[in-house]
Amino acid sequence: MENAVREKAKGLLTSGEVKVVIGWGWNRNGTRTTPVFITRPEDAGRLVWNPLCVNNLSVYLTRKFKDIQALGRPAIVAKGCDIKNIAVLVSEAQVKREDVYIIGVTCDGVVYRQELWKGELTPNIMPTKCHNCDVRNPHIADCVIGDRSGFVPPEAPAGMVFDRIKALDAKESAQRWEFWIKEFSRCVKCYACRQVCSLCYCERCITEKNMPQWIETSAHPRGNLSWNLTRAMHLAGRCTFCGECERACPVNIPLNLVNQKLITVVKDAFDYRSGYDASAHPPMIVFSPEDKENFIK
Amino acid sequence: MGEHTEHTQTTGNSSEPRIMAFVCNWCTYAGADLAGTSRMEYRPNVRVIKLPCTGRIDPLFIIKAFENGADGVLVSGCHPGDCHYTTGNYHARRRWIAFKNLMEFVGIDMRRLHFSWVSASEAIKWVDLINNVTEEVGKLGPFMEYKGLGAQAVE
Repeated sequence: MENAVREKAKGLLTSGEVKVVIGWGWNRNGTRTTPVFITRPEDAGRLVWNPLCVNNLSVYLTRKFKDIQALGRPAIVAKGCDIKNIAVLVSEAQVKREDVYIIGVTCDGVVYRQELWKGELTPNIMPTKCHNCDVRNPHIADCVIGDRSGFVPPEAPAGMVFDRIKALDAKESAQRWEFWIKEFSRCVKCYACRQVCSLCYCERCITEKNMPQWIETSAHPRGNLSWNLTRAMHLAGRCTFCGECERACPVNIPLNLVNQKLITVVKDAFDYRSGYDASAHPPMIVFSPEDKENFIK
Repeated sequence: MGEHTEHTQTTGNSSEPRIMAFVCNWCTYAGADLAGTSRMEYRPNVRVIKLPCTGRIDPLFIIKAFENGADGVLVSGCHPGDCHYTTGNYHARRRWIAFKNLMEFVGIDMRRLHFSWVSASEAIKWVDLINNVTEEVGKLGPFMEYKGLGAQAVE
């Protein structure tokens, strides 16, 4: 399968159909995978594909990476979950579908806790998103590499993230407050969650606007709460639960809980799941007169 | 700019709650105006901020209100279908559905955050609303959980 990816990349670069292939390659020590940008056909051998390929490379299609856009038409090696983000980017007019060649790879799950990787993919080292994945066979792609996965996700989403949300929801609001203030107080405002997110593509983020200063920049609990609420809110109805923000967080704030909570809210209230249909309008830019709520008096 | 971030300390422990109301120009503000011109009396704890439309209300306004010492926040605009700009309040409603659930999830007491539709003729509803919200927030006392955040040092 890895060789098929390399062959495909080589073919695309040789024919000149694309100018750069964005994929995963080994780091220098061969312990982790890292994003690689292949521009010459002879370098295609650097591409790899295995369960350690966790990075969501769709971030390199956004305007945050003008230097990569300058290379020319890209091809991107993408898992189903990465393709969800590309679909959102297309629906938000950030990328034209025809401007990117998607090399979809079928996926049996990835490993987030790389220190537990012993060469075999077992459920306990996979993140929640993989346990509930319904896009192991890429849903939008120009070509799909790999054998079809027969995996059927559970009827009701299950996994650690969902269990923790349920546990939090069952608590008193004061306890939830205590939990989140404690979690957010570790935030150091490094904005790694924003940088790694392919849907946080604003050229000037609200947190960098200082006339007036909407979000306090110092890393104290009040500013941290404001930042994390705003980040979550700006991703409402857009986040695809790829989990990159939590993976990138150096202080392990459980951002997946907030993200998944809002995904559930959007699904229940607007019957919308982001990342499946590139032609659908994101839910927060449209409305329905029939929207239901029970708290506006 | 300074005022937004510097003077956020709470002024004493007065039991009078401070309510921040974000209202739309065309319905709720007119409704409050009608209450005033009709000489109706209601609790003086509310500070009204008038915006063109509820669609103009960014969730950050509400966060900022709490940061600046509000004990309760009220958001109010035209009834669905009555928006001066046709659809602003529908968009706002979508946003609030997400935001309200988010605020609830992080543990903000929902008795401190109120949403309402008040039309230009509903002066009585406005008076009742302010009285009820003031009552409810007053029972909870000052929002010390939020006010305390600025003083807490990073561990």
